[in-house]
Amino acid sequence: MFEEVGTTEQGDLIINVGPQHPSTHGVLHLIITLNGETIKNVEPHLGYIHRSIEKMCESLTYRQFIYVTSRMDYLSSHINNHGCALCVEKGLVVEIPPRAKVIRVLMDELTRLASHQLWWGAMAMDVGALTPFFHAFREREAINDIMEETCGARLTMNYMVPGGVMFDLHPNFQSKVKDFIALFKSKIDEYDELVTSNIIFKNRMKNIGYLSNENAVSFGCTGPTARGSGVSCDIRKLYPYEIYAQLDFREITETGGDCFSRYLVRLQEMRQSLYIIEQLIDNIPEGDFQAKTKAVIKLPKGEFYSRVETARGEFGVYIVSEGGMTPYRIKFRSPGFSNLSALNHMAKGHKIGDLVAIMGSLDLVIPDIDR
Amino acid sequence: MHNETLKSMLVELVPLAVFEEGSEWPTIMIEPASWKSLALLLTTTPALQFDFLFCLTCVDWKTHLGMVFHITSTLHRHTVVVKAKLNRDHPEIDTVSDIWKTAEFHEREVYDLFGVKFLKHPDLRRLFLTDDYVGWPLRKDFEDAVNMIKL
Repeated sequence: MFEEVGTTEQGDLIINVGPQHPSTHGVLHLIITLNGETIKNVEPHLGYIHRSIEKMCESLTYRQFIYVTSRMDYLSSHINNHGCALCVEKGLVVEIPPRAKVIRVLMDELTRLASHQLWWGAMAMDVGALTPFFHAFREREAINDIMEETCGARLTMNYMVPGGVMFDLHPNFQSKVKDFIALFKSKIDEYDELVTSNIIFKNRMKNIGYLSNENAVSFGCTGPTARGSGVSCDIRKLYPYEIYAQLDFREITETGGDCFSRYLVRLQEMRQSLYIIEQLIDNIPEGDFQAKTKAVIKLPKGEFYSRVETARGEFGVYIVSEGGMTPYRIKFRSPGFSNLSALNHMAKGHKIGDLVAIMGSLDLVIPDIDR
Repeated sequence: MHNETLKSMLVELVPLAVFEEGSEWPTIMIEPASWKSLALLLTTTPALQFDFLFCLTCVDWKTHLGMVFHITSTLHRHTVVVKAKLNRDHPEIDTVSDIWKTAEFHEREVYDLFGVKFLKHPDLRRLFLTDDYVGWPLRKDFEDAVNMIKL
């Protein structure tokens, strides 16, 4: 595929972006056909970080395979683990204690915040503003410290297990999260001031990478990518899991369908996540953090599907069980994979410089796409 | 929509449909040849409007390959699962990438890992693996000669 560099018969230029390019945020390789500066076609080449996680999972037990899923969407590792734990619990028909449910939701929302913070910094950096990247990492550090204390890890947490969570919360958890809420509430307004209302940023983002409502659905887009086009697709609202049904929060949708709408959705989602954490942090019920499950988990023969809302969209886990200790087949429906399929459609007709903004607004995490 | 109501509507639409039990959603078993026409029916019937294909995958059952399609409607919020059995030696089924655009990538993935041929697919090439790769890794009889660590 590397021979494809050069010019076509029509005189169009073919260039390669990646696999090692800072704005692809990972090892994504794009082959772009250009007419002058205008994009005619974008063809993603995947697989540079393909580890065949689905095949690996077929030989891992139901307790073990969850750890591998942290390595897919590493910015939403809690939520990936959560989806897998939910799927195993669906097969086991086990009711998890209320304390575990609340801890799970708290961790999910903290993860979503951390992921959106990183995206916000990277998005601004993609269009030429370097400072926000450092601002975002400054606040994200506070979340990582909270995670490290409770889960023992900063990136691949592996905290959710079938039946609940692995350990109880660290004694400092509540006070640290409260400190973080106070800190971040002032910072998020700063985010708005610094970037959202910046005219240069607006010009780079508005009317770029338009995705219509119908196309967002047809391309299987989910998460902020689809919600920026007005598609209501928040799994937390549509198919509530854990305690989301009892929580007060809004599903954010914007109707613009361009990069700026997707930006606004994520920024408002940060506020909603913060609001959810505020509701829960003083109301963590006492009790067990894990339901009693057998040491060796065997799911009954059949198939199970669970879905959760990660920072990037709908993450689905499809387990086919033959009744053994390991899954017969497992499929991860990753949000980034479907979102990426819309890239060509969105980028056509725009200038090459806008491609970076479009990719940034999709919030791609490459291991999540390649799996 | 409730699963039972959806099921009765599907029976009305496809009288010969064979249903499978055991899933949380109505599951239809079909012949591969009738997949394209059923897909068109599912998307165009106003009461159904299955417009969102959220999961497309394949399972190797050793005797045959089983395609699994999870489709939902963003308007009516109901979900259906469609399954088709394919011949393991010559797995072929019509593409639905013209109906649901997301299928183009998902079908390439299934082709790459299982070797299922999607007829009339616009661009059926390997997606993750290199073009000269031999074998279908997610099939159960696949032996990886390179990887010496057997999990």
